[in-house]
Amino acid sequence: MRYAMAIDTAKCVGCGDCVVACQTENNVPVGYCRDWIVENVSGSYPNVEIELRSERCNHCDNAPCVRCCPTGASHIVEGGIVKVTHNECIGCGACIESCPYDARYSHPDGYVDKCTFCDHRLAKGQSTACVSVCPTSCLYFGDLEDPNSEVSKALKNRSWKVLAPEAGTKPQLYFLT
Amino acid sequence: MKEELFVSGRHIPNIDPYLSIWHWEIPVYLFLGGLAAGIMFFAGLFLVLGREKEMETTVKRAPFLVPFALVLGLLALFLDLKHQLYFWRLYTTIRIESPMSWGAWTLMLITPLSIVWAAGYIKEAIPGWDWRFGILKQFEALVIKYRKHLAWAMMGLSLILGVYTGILLSAFNARPLWNTSILGPLFLVSGLSTGLALTMWMSKSHSERKLLSKIDIVLIGVELFLIIHLLMGFLAAGMVQVEAAQLFLGGEFTVSFWVFVIIMGLAFPVTLEILELFGYKIPIWIPSLLILFGGLMFRMIMVEAGQITRFLY
Amino acid sequence: MKTRRDFIKISAAGVGAVSLGLSSLNWKGMSPLYAAGGQEPVSDEEMTAHSTYCEVCFWKCAGWTYVDRKGSIRKIIGNDNDPHCNGRLCPRGTGGVGMYNDDDRLKTPLIRQTVGGKQVFRKASWEEALDLVASKMKAVADKHGPEAFALFNHGSPGSHFKHLFHAYGSGNEGEPAWAQCRGPREVGFAATFGSWVGSPEPTDIRDTNCLVLIGSHIGENMHNGQVQEMSTAIDRGATIITVDPRLSTAASKSKYWLPIKPATDMALLLSWIHVLIYENLYDKDYIAQYAMGFDELKAHVKNMTPEWAYGITTIKPDVIRKTAREMANASPAVIVHPGRHVVWYGDDSQRERAIAILNALLGSWGKRGGFYFKESVPVPKYPQPKYPHHKWDWKDNLDGKYPLSAMGITTELLKASIPEFNCKHQIKSWIVAGTNLPLTIPDKELFRKAAQSVDFIAVVDTMPMDITGYADVILPECTYLERYDYIRSSPHREPNIALRAPAVQPKYETKPAWWIAKQLGERLGLGAYFNYNDIEEVLDWQLKKMGTSLEEMKRIGVKKYPRKSGGLYLQDGEDYEFNTNTGKIELYSTEFEDYGFDPLPNYTEHPQPREGFYRLIYGRAPMHTFSRTSNNPNLWDLMATNSVWVNPKVADLWDLRKGQKVWLKNQDGIVSDFPVEVRITERIRWDSVYMVHGFGHDNKKLSRAYGHGASDSKLITNVMIDPMMGGTGMRGNFVTFLTENPEKEVES
Ligand SMILES: Nc1nc2c(c(=O)[nH]1)N[C@H]1C(S)=C(S)[C@@H](COP(=O)(O)OP(=O)(O)OC[C@H]3O[C@@H](n4cnc5c(=O)[nH]c(N)nc54)[C@H](O)[C@@H]3O)O[C@H]1N2
Ligand SMILES: Nc1nc2c(c(=O)[nH]1)N[C@H]1C(S)=C(S)[C@@H](COP(=O)(O)OP(=O)(O)OC[C@H]3O[C@@H](n4cnc5c(=O)[nH]c(N)nc54)[C@H](O)[C@@H]3O)O[C@H]1N2
Ligand code: SF4
Ligand code: SF4
Ligand code: SF4
Ligand code: SF4
Ligand code: SF4
Ligand SMILES: [Mo]
Repeated sequence: MRYAMAIDTAKCVGCGDCVVACQTENNVPVGYCRDWIVENVSGSYPNVEIELRSERCNHCDNAPCVRCCPTGASHIVEGGIVKVTHNECIGCGACIESCPYDARYSHPDGYVDKCTFCDHRLAKGQSTACVSVCPTSCLYFGDLEDPNSEVSKALKNRSWKVLAPEAGTKPQLYFLT
Repeated sequence: MKEELFVSGRHIPNIDPYLSIWHWEIPVYLFLGGLAAGIMFFAGLFLVLGREKEMETTVKRAPFLVPFALVLGLLALFLDLKHQLYFWRLYTTIRIESPMSWGAWTLMLITPLSIVWAAGYIKEAIPGWDWRFGILKQFEALVIKYRKHLAWAMMGLSLILGVYTGILLSAFNARPLWNTSILGPLFLVSGLSTGLALTMWMSKSHSERKLLSKIDIVLIGVELFLIIHLLMGFLAAGMVQVEAAQLFLGGEFTVSFWVFVIIMGLAFPVTLEILELFGYKIPIWIPSLLILFGGLMFRMIMVEAGQITRFLY
Repeated sequence: MKTRRDFIKISAAGVGAVSLGLSSLNWKGMSPLYAAGGQEPVSDEEMTAHSTYCEVCFWKCAGWTYVDRKGSIRKIIGNDNDPHCNGRLCPRGTGGVGMYNDDDRLKTPLIRQTVGGKQVFRKASWEEALDLVASKMKAVADKHGPEAFALFNHGSPGSHFKHLFHAYGSGNEGEPAWAQCRGPREVGFAATFGSWVGSPEPTDIRDTNCLVLIGSHIGENMHNGQVQEMSTAIDRGATIITVDPRLSTAASKSKYWLPIKPATDMALLLSWIHVLIYENLYDKDYIAQYAMGFDELKAHVKNMTPEWAYGITTIKPDVIRKTAREMANASPAVIVHPGRHVVWYGDDSQRERAIAILNALLGSWGKRGGFYFKESVPVPKYPQPKYPHHKWDWKDNLDGKYPLSAMGITTELLKASIPEFNCKHQIKSWIVAGTNLPLTIPDKELFRKAAQSVDFIAVVDTMPMDITGYADVILPECTYLERYDYIRSSPHREPNIALRAPAVQPKYETKPAWWIAKQLGERLGLGAYFNYNDIEEVLDWQLKKMGTSLEEMKRIGVKKYPRKSGGLYLQDGEDYEFNTNTGKIELYSTEFEDYGFDPLPNYTEHPQPREGFYRLIYGRAPMHTFSRTSNNPNLWDLMATNSVWVNPKVADLWDLRKGQKVWLKNQDGIVSDFPVEVRITERIRWDSVYMVHGFGHDNKKLSRAYGHGASDSKLITNVMIDPMMGGTGMRGNFVTFLTENPEKEVES
């Protein structure tokens, strides 16, 4: 199993619902976030384009944050989900420094926190909080090894890119273009 | 117009607009580690070379500082942790791929070693020292007997430690400024040089100082070479690396880097050392202090500047 | 003699000061909103879900409020069965928890008092506050008649107070939804199709092949159902055509973006009509069967060619033709969207008429992929005595002006409050419930004068918003998550109802609006109109008549009913009578003609900014609703302030840097209260600047929102009034930049 997410930039309106939903679902303190929005404007008036992206941890196949963790608090579970065990984390910050996507943050309680792909919801057969709330339904989630999963289908039918591939992390967030 | 990026929904403390996760603690930790490695390496080296007589400060006295440096370094590391209650988790596992982990373990090995080394010379340093317990006396005898083996172990571990101080940063591909294999050797050389500087400062023997100074001049030369190499490497690489180098070439850190690190920390002291070789009288504490200061500044700047460099936005 | 009512910025005594102190500690990361101890997510099974519908905007999505075992509200999730949201709330609805959690909320009733010459608010008991409001209502009724008491309202609290006012004998009520929002389109569409567009809009976006958005910025305008359906349309490959001087989010997703010169839309619309008619692209059968006035229209637009429009709009003729053909190709599955906030340039009802006419020519009204026929279920009236007759209301003051106004005009109520306007009937006192007038109504001076002229103002609100600074009595309402309101019955494809029930007890000493209205009613001897102990009785009675019950609705939240009014769409050739004077779609409006207005829309030129000034245009940010969410912790976290969008060329000219703070000054010399950050972006034209509405609060008790950004409302002093229905056109204002603090300038 290999979980992944695809973000349809043609549909995302940058509303930030995914951010708020994650905050309330996962009790992310106000002022912090596990996902965020990037608006990329190019061109000049009136030939302007916008790319809107909802970003979060890429659950990298080759995750430097896991490799650099001295305690094993950062680890990979079923489906390639990169997780942090809070009471194994010493808060050394190495994983934060190692992430090219700045997807991690230091929780006010001391440990490092990040997107979990809402594995507590996946376990119950629900989708992630951000995917389930998105008003434009522009987030696709699922198992890449299952050709019938939403994400596999989305990737098959569309062109896509990943962010900072040169960082060599093999990210698993795919941006449909 | 230049491409515009607007990031909304994130203003995370210490992460945005740029990383500021590591503050003074990590550079101090790296500095003290490098310093300790430098002292221990030369202590071991001159013992193995059988020159502990002429190089008394190097072999016998300076190493007394090492346990303190290492413990202070560990303390700095501890202060950096945000979840300190779980500190012990560092020692419940060994993570080969994590520099943090093997750094912690290296310190775990090298700190007792440095204490043992110092203990072997304590009688010479403090006349009338008494171990009181027989077992300690037996242990001391053992230490003295196997001092050569210890010296080899110490040289090995101190090289690991020295390289580690650089690798800790260079392991992070995510920070373009750190993402270069030169940092390992560079930090090692710099660490050795700071170790030498402190030893020189402590040494009362003119000949010992002169020898150390000669080595130091070479090390500083190598260091300067590596730094130039580093910057050239960046300039020849991708966009993000060029931007990283730019921090020192006109960017935010230009003044602090060139003034504190290059001029005050390397070029000026090395000039003084050379002048000294040519017979000018220079109070030894001046170049030593400058080198130590430069070494610390170098680490501070590298850590802070590195965190500003990013792949994305 | 009357004492001047000062706008109270900080209440010195008691409550205000304390809450200010506490909340100023409330910075990021230290927020008491986040309960330390790192609570992990709680599974849905361990929580109870309470039915609600959202009050963060007027789309009224139904959802579930999840409460954990400790009694904390954890999250709000959309109701899967609700056609407004389909299980997905928008960011504001999801962030509704912040409304409940905001520490700055109003906590107790407050009464204005003068202490040592200074006006402050003091805490009061409900008893005292209600007695005071009731006594004022009685006094006004005795002296001037109940009609002299006016109600400004918006949203759910309004319905309870309207009931009170009607029982009391006043029909003087106004809400910004008419003259500051959608009035013109209802007039324009009623004149054409005999039907209001209404809310939610019956636009069949999910099935459309072509969606035309004229300044309607869906995606930023986050009206949920529309956003969701637009996304479906994108998936289906529908053509989107967006007309907007700014690259809106919707424009960036469109096949055609027409970057129109502001204030010239009418010319574009008329030239589209011209192309459809003269290129024979219109739906001939549809027009022949259902419409009247075609020949007049055809003659009217004869010279309104794309070439003519090009000179006005700067949109190239071939683009006008190409887009008209795209629409015709998609016909009848095409929507020329009426928009919603449409009070722009004072000729708005006529612009909406042009839009309606375009839809008629495309045959989209009553067609799949165009506009469907909406239907709602009537909610039975709870038994009560007949309302008394009121002797006059706002209409009687108009003297024949704005004959097509169908709802109270807020600005006219304000004028009637100011003696100098010499209105026939004077307004003496107000209740304001759920509308933040100082940031909502343009021409702040008019509002300020009115507020100072009346004898008494009571404000019912949940937050210490700007309006509360003008109150004599503040009645704190609990948030929508803590109360019942009337049943939501919404017109939709399938008629449906939704229930709002409290998820938790009201926090602090706050109370629901229904309770406040009932308490006032009883004090006024109007108990017969409030013949129940608890609104649960009313709701249960109504719901039982509708074949369900309060108990069932608490469980299901939303109930759908079968349609009774006929099909969702017109069958081909189906007979249909439109509710217009002629029973036909009126391309030529007999109604307008009767009132002496142009029966066919005409282009009028509007002023353009003079040198050094830029047209102030404004709109929505998807994560905020007007001014009501700017202090909401979760949404503030996403966007803490507005900024002024400036084209890079303009920025160069003024030497503005990204993030620099500037003050804005308008054509009448009015300066923004606070500086606003510059956003330099290619998304905006060089003759305009853009701001998100709802920021620039000047009540210090809003610890997050106070002083953040600039208020567009304050800069809107040139109001272009729609002569047909009284709409306050707000887009004829021009601003320039001040890079130095204007207050300092004055001092030196
Ligand atoms: N300059 C400018 N003016 C505009 C607009 C614009 O774009 N620019 N837009 C116009 C449009 S389209 C509209 S619809 C109007 C909207 O105008 P308003 O409805 O006045 O908008 P808000 O600013 O959201 O103010 C709502 C008020 O209700 C309070 N409130 C929120 N929830 C509750 C509740 O449950 N109970 C009670 N009692 N009070 C509550 C809030 O605290 C706030 O004070 O504004 C119009 N005015
Ligand atoms: N997130 C969010 N969504 C909301 C609301 C909210 O507060 N927040 N409020 C809701 C309410 S009550 C309403 S009424 C609607 C309003 O939403 P809409 O009816 O969609 O929007 P407007 O405010 O009329 O229009 C704003 C757009 O008009 C463009 N514009 C400005 N001048 C001109 C012009 O001369 N010509 C043309 N063609 N375009 C122009 C602006 O660039 C901007 O993109 O939004 C609703 N949805
Ligand atoms: S909720 Fe969906 S549309 Fe909104 S920002 Fe997130 S991904 Fe984009
Ligand atoms: S995105 Fe960052 S935190 Fe997530 S797996 Fe990759 S490196 Fe680790
Ligand atoms: S901060 Fe925690 S999770 Fe990150 S590397 Fe250190 S111990 Fe591992
Ligand atoms: S998958 Fe879950 S944890 Fe990750 S960003 Fe989405 S909601 Fe947050
Ligand atoms: S559109 Fe958003 S704010 Fe409006 S009612 Fe629905 S969820 Fe609430
Ligand atoms: Mo509105």
